[in-house]
Amino acid sequence: MPDLGKYAEAVLTSYAISLVLLAAIVLLSLRRSRRVKKELQEIEEKVKSNG
Amino acid sequence: MSRNSLWEYANPRKFLQTTDIVLPWVAWFAAVTLVLGLVWGFFFTPDDYRQGSTVKIVYLHVPAALMAINAWIMMLVASLIWIIRRHHVSALAARAAAPVGMVMTVIALLTGALWGQPMWGTWWAWDPRLTSFLILFLFYLGYMALWEAIENDDTAADLTSILCLVGSVFALLSRYAVNFWSQGLHQGASLSVQSGERMAMTFKLPLYVSMAAFALLFIALVLVRTRTEIRARRMRALLARERMGGA
Amino acid sequence: MRAGGGFGLGLSFFLIVVVLVPFGVGPQTAILSTIAPGILWIGALLACLLSLDRIFALDWEDGSLDLLATSPLPMEGLVAVKSLAHWLTTGLPLVLAAPVLGVLLNLPGPGFGWLTLSLFIGTPALSVIGTFGAALTVGLKRGGLLLSLLVLPLYVPTLIFGADVARRGAEGLETTTPLFLLAGITCGTIALLPFASAAVLKVNLR
Repeated sequence: MPDLGKYAEAVLTSYAISLVLLAAIVLLSLRRSRRVKKELQEIEEKVKSNG
Repeated sequence: MSRNSLWEYANPRKFLQTTDIVLPWVAWFAAVTLVLGLVWGFFFTPDDYRQGSTVKIVYLHVPAALMAINAWIMMLVASLIWIIRRHHVSALAARAAAPVGMVMTVIALLTGALWGQPMWGTWWAWDPRLTSFLILFLFYLGYMALWEAIENDDTAADLTSILCLVGSVFALLSRYAVNFWSQGLHQGASLSVQSGERMAMTFKLPLYVSMAAFALLFIALVLVRTRTEIRARRMRALLARERMGGA
Repeated sequence: MRAGGGFGLGLSFFLIVVVLVPFGVGPQTAILSTIAPGILWIGALLACLLSLDRIFALDWEDGSLDLLATSPLPMEGLVAVKSLAHWLTTGLPLVLAAPVLGVLLNLPGPGFGWLTLSLFIGTPALSVIGTFGAALTVGLKRGGLLLSLLVLPLYVPTLIFGADVARRGAEGLETTTPLFLLAGITCGTIALLPFASAAVLKVNLR
């Protein structure tokens, strides 16, 4: 860890918050993508078996 | 025969097929450059003699701020393409980009405030740059809220596109208005490292890498989210057909 | 062509907001004098905002908006008339009420004229921008909050320059630049925004 001096709080919080936010949008996007893909597959199966 | 090969990707199926191949690469490059840029910037750069170690925040703040604006520009272009050529993928891509742009804006705001804190002595100051980003944040919120509020897909696409157009004009107007408005402040140095000040290569190189990383990350996320929107739209269409056919 | 009222309500709201401010910030004359131009501008702006959903609401509900859309009158013209009606019934009364309420907030003497002038020039922009927002949310059941979220950021430039004119005028400073910029925004929005509003209405009436 480099010596951040008196600004350690500001710098570390910046990195922490940014990484958390980036991780959040990535995870949420992936999770929704998976969910919708699964739901679409289920509906397409149902339509295929009905029609 | 396609007249303009780029427009082929406006076809939802073609888009999904193409991004099946492209997306993993973009995501991988995004991850690599992000780690490279941030690790390099955080661990292997010196302090600035004026700003101390807070200069390390630049590797987050500047890329995020750039993408916050670029995301809106991309939404503007996508909205225009929807209005003119009615390609659904374009409208969905604009919708997909908004949350990502908003997150970039928030990162820019928070890192900007944290960067300024040692300089200003307060956790927030109405610095013209930060204020403009705060307004941009509100524009993102409004845009996303309008998409959520309208049920009909095409109506929502039309209304949000027009909002994006009008909003872009006002965003520019606000930028100038805020600069004018903040002239009365007797603040210390405003938030900037690179404008008007030569930045040494030791800082510039990791910054460029970070900027590339954020751009790639934005692209990857928009691709993922657009694919989701395409699938969701297809799902809604199938459900609607089921409801009508089943009766 | 009904404007939907809101005249008395807008004024009452303006009064209430102005009365609330000293309770919030304290009764010291010096403080109130300083913030009076800005508070009066914000109060007028919010009063405008609250009456926006009435611009199209009644005509939308009873179907007369559909009828008007099929008339030979271009949609842009209809929208412009609606904006004008909103300004005459909501904006203009606020302009006239502002100096009266300025007394309550210890607005400095020279400020009265500049405040009124800035509101007179700025409130038409608020009506036109508000019409755009109202058109966007016309079909929505409880679109009031969304309307505010969409319109308030668009109000920022007008507010910045308008309040700046009022503030500088109150301090006896030069007001030419913000005044011209304010007028420019108003003229620009009047000239261009009705086209966007018309396009939006046509979409919503499909």
